[in-house]
Amino acid sequence: MLNFIARRLLQLIPTLFFVSVLIFSLQQLLPGDPATIMAGEERDPEVIAQIRHQYRLDQPIPVQYVYWVKGVVSGDLGESMRIHVPVRDLVLEKLPVTAQLAAMAIVIALVIGVGAGIVSAVKKNSAWDYAANGLALWGISTPNFWLGIMLIFLFSVKLEWLPASGYVPLSEDWKASLASTIMPAFVLGNSIAAVLMRHTRSAMLQVLDSDYVRTARAKGLSERTVIFKHAMRNALTPVITLGALELGTLLSGTVLTEQIFTIPGFGKLIVDSVFNRDYAVVQGVVLVTATMYITLNLIADVAYILVNPRLRES
Amino acid sequence: MADTTLNVSLMKPAESVETPARRALRRLVRRRGALLGLAIIVLFVALAIFAPLVTPYDPTAQSWTSVRKAPSLLHWFGTDDLGRDQLTRVIYGARASLAAGVISVGIAMGVGVPLGLAAGYLGGWLDALIGRITDAMLACPYLILAIALAAFLGPSLGNAMIAIGVATTPVYIRLTRGQVLSVKVEEYVEAARAVGNPRWRIAIVHILPNILPALLVQATLSIAAAIIAEASLSFLGLGQQPPAPSWGSMLNSAQRFLINAPWMAVWPGLAIFLTVLSFNLLGDGLRDALDPRQR
Amino acid sequence: MRIRHVLAAAVAAITIVSGIAHAETTLRIGLAEDPDVLDPSLARTYVGRIVFASFCDKLFDIDEKLNVVPQLALSHTTSADGKTVTIKLRPNVKFQDGENFDATAAKYSLDRHMTMTGSFRKPELAAVDHVDVVDPLTINIVLKQPFAPLIAQLTDRAGMMVAPAAAKAAGDKFGLHPVCAGPYKFVERVQQDRIVFEKFKDYWDKDNVHIDKVVFLPIVDATVRLANLKSGGLDLIERVLATDIKTVRADKNLVLSTALELGYQGLDINVGNGDAAKGPLGQSAKVRQALELAIDRDALNQVVFNGEFKPGNQWVSPENPYYQQSFPVPKRDVAKAKALLKEAGVTKPFDVDFMVPKGAETQAVAEVIQAMAAEIGINMKIRVTEFATSLKQAEEGHYQVFMLAWSGRTDPDGNTYIFHKCKAPQDYPGYCNADVDKWLDDARVPSDMKARKAIYEKVTKAILTDVPKIYLYHRRILIAHTAKLEGYKQMPDGLVRVVGLHFK
Repeated sequence: MLNFIARRLLQLIPTLFFVSVLIFSLQQLLPGDPATIMAGEERDPEVIAQIRHQYRLDQPIPVQYVYWVKGVVSGDLGESMRIHVPVRDLVLEKLPVTAQLAAMAIVIALVIGVGAGIVSAVKKNSAWDYAANGLALWGISTPNFWLGIMLIFLFSVKLEWLPASGYVPLSEDWKASLASTIMPAFVLGNSIAAVLMRHTRSAMLQVLDSDYVRTARAKGLSERTVIFKHAMRNALTPVITLGALELGTLLSGTVLTEQIFTIPGFGKLIVDSVFNRDYAVVQGVVLVTATMYITLNLIADVAYILVNPRLRES
Repeated sequence: MADTTLNVSLMKPAESVETPARRALRRLVRRRGALLGLAIIVLFVALAIFAPLVTPYDPTAQSWTSVRKAPSLLHWFGTDDLGRDQLTRVIYGARASLAAGVISVGIAMGVGVPLGLAAGYLGGWLDALIGRITDAMLACPYLILAIALAAFLGPSLGNAMIAIGVATTPVYIRLTRGQVLSVKVEEYVEAARAVGNPRWRIAIVHILPNILPALLVQATLSIAAAIIAEASLSFLGLGQQPPAPSWGSMLNSAQRFLINAPWMAVWPGLAIFLTVLSFNLLGDGLRDALDPRQR
Repeated sequence: MRIRHVLAAAVAAITIVSGIAHAETTLRIGLAEDPDVLDPSLARTYVGRIVFASFCDKLFDIDEKLNVVPQLALSHTTSADGKTVTIKLRPNVKFQDGENFDATAAKYSLDRHMTMTGSFRKPELAAVDHVDVVDPLTINIVLKQPFAPLIAQLTDRAGMMVAPAAAKAAGDKFGLHPVCAGPYKFVERVQQDRIVFEKFKDYWDKDNVHIDKVVFLPIVDATVRLANLKSGGLDLIERVLATDIKTVRADKNLVLSTALELGYQGLDINVGNGDAAKGPLGQSAKVRQALELAIDRDALNQVVFNGEFKPGNQWVSPENPYYQQSFPVPKRDVAKAKALLKEAGVTKPFDVDFMVPKGAETQAVAEVIQAMAAEIGINMKIRVTEFATSLKQAEEGHYQVFMLAWSGRTDPDGNTYIFHKCKAPQDYPGYCNADVDKWLDDARVPSDMKARKAIYEKVTKAILTDVPKIYLYHRRILIAHTAKLEGYKQMPDGLVRVVGLHFK
């Protein structure tokens, strides 16, 4: 076990290296000069040259990369060219926002996905099965930006129940905070509900078919007890760890959702920074999220193995 | 991207008298959701192919006097902000979206499967290298990768397909590799090796056909995700170029008119929804049908 | 359980009590983008200027007729040789941290704009040699050569005054907590979320400031911005879409405030920037004139903007004092266009690479132009490009037609010099005309408007004949606000002025 963890931790380093190289080179490949974007509407050549020099954009690319890596190792992720705020501060400011959104989304996804998965497995091939399937599937079948726009139209413009945009921190006013995040969280959660449904369904089907459950049934226990007390417990453990793994999908989802709902989180930050060629911000944020994603993956894998002794041998 | 990878540990070989293909077909036919999905897909493909014969108007013909007209007998889906018929544009848009879905997944499989085969079968340092690169690509948010690639290649439908294809490749590398690892130890592979077959032959003739079912399931689910990705890229202006229609770019134009002309957003959104849902249903049905564990 | 009840009751009591004590009024303004840094020397965006208008006063301001009016300065006089501008400052003005505003502070601010590393104001004040303090309320700006547009520059960011002690202490981090002399002072900023200001008690015009707080909220999506306004989440929004004007006018709770912009929207045509200029369009002025005649500006305005904007053909709008009446906006003339093509020797249809920066409205305009040009045999192939990329490609000449927008400057020099002068930073068409260059420099010298306009007439004629640019239309600044807000008047520069506003 320890061996396994140690090996995976070691793998972290080359993976993060590749992530940083990947994002760094992608940005360099993007046509368009960040200095020109940052130079103001008049685009005076002297100003542009001065910006290029200040942010080392006039150095060869490998040199820029080395400077950046040196900074990262010492905890300095660089500075946003657009607003002159250190990237680290931006990350710390926005992490709780996206985290709140992600947490709410996962809860919603679990409720919809796991619920639908259980119903679908227990009432296999019946109308309930198709209904549950449909409910979970429609989440990944709609583009999240379209769903977001439709929800705003319905709940903010027509019904005026919820604010159309903006974010209120949880610490400031929990009711307003929930009101401002419930729609985007729903949009995000919807999109991963299907994955959770599928896993729950196949896990439940597998468990319901097992000797263990057959014994419980043979003992004369009611179907309800069989499902809720025995089957679910065994089926759900891996599903919950899988929920955390969907962070990658959630982050992709936040890219457009935060734009539509104007939530100042990571997704919006990355998109704006890509279009503004604010290199340092994109690199810093992607590095942070990649690290979190890989770490979560590791924790989930460890948990999965701990829970499922059969896999320990592999 | 929605995680649609199979859990390797759930796949185990089964013994049966029926051939696997026949059993799969039988089970597929029984799952009505999958059949419904297949029917819708066939309908959309037919509409896309026969678009010029089926549509009442020219998709790019502007009509400045009938701008943003609500659905009526003359224009079943209404007109957009430049007076173009929405019904025609939705049907023509199917071409762009379906092509984007299929071609980008084709690219992802064309690059990902061979790499996965190599990594899984040959192992060693090649496996480690491919593994780390794949991990790195998967750790970056999928849409960001696609946006950066599309922006780099230049805005066009073709480049969007390449961008989505490349961003989807790691899924296939990982899936193929996992499948190869579990199949590698099977008796028939051992037998083929014992007989003296060269490694490439074993990979292509013996291993590949057996992992095809899992790949096929993933492919249908990936096409669904790719269609949404194309819509997202077009929504951001990085996909299909005007005036040619695509469902995503239609949604982009519709955004400004939600209050004035909501029908502009409804129809392309519905089209995406039906198509993607159908691919998802089909994929889930295939997965059930091909799962050897179930009766 | 009980503790929670007690706490809840306490919170409720406090809220009610504080509510009775003082009903604080807040003006919530929805912006179309997140502003960049709030330092007047380092700021570069249009939307940033809107925020500055509430907290950072300038030496001068403009009225709706584009006349220069006093703000922190009372008057200006230019010497006979045009090289010295004497400015008299307003007395008894304080900065938001208590410092006094005087000639030394004014000199400090101007020097900061001119010398600070990374200052974007350097090109705007390039003609200034140095600033002298004459007495505590008078400064002399000494120029290297006569420069009439200087005063106009002082009505924008280059004229913004910063508190010297605060600026010296903060250095380039001043923008994180700026201190100026405007009606509201900075409280806090959450990036991409909001910027909060509160009333400055010692403002020189404090009797006209009635609202207690101003909060700016960047909301990129125009539809969502409007939705927020309609539902009461915002009090004022900028950049309403032309197609939403009907909705705003129909809503009794909303008021639409408009002014014609100082800028323009048009097409750059590559006439001399690289290989792309070698096509029929780039080579022949007649072909370009034909393209212009094929465009129906009125129909364009009607289809895309519901007729709300104003067609134009010069770099200033037809309502601007510098507009040359002798060159009115042409009507569409397909027959003449075809004749011109024939004269130029063009016999069959040809393709044109049409680069269009991303944007829903720009795309619609591009598609309409494409349809119009197709009727005379010019096939414009639209290429929607991300903004950053489009700038680079425009610079390098990788386009044949490029759709562009310019937000506009008060002085006409700001709308022409950097575009038409040979090799100027935004001369993307690669247009080089020695006569035009000379006239552009000449027009900077006289302080008399009539004299300058006469020089600009020659420039206008040249541009309209050579057609390196086709000016299409001028947008209206569209501000929508709640009917509860009174006293709001829109100026052509697009800024939201908060002095004099109050809630009913």
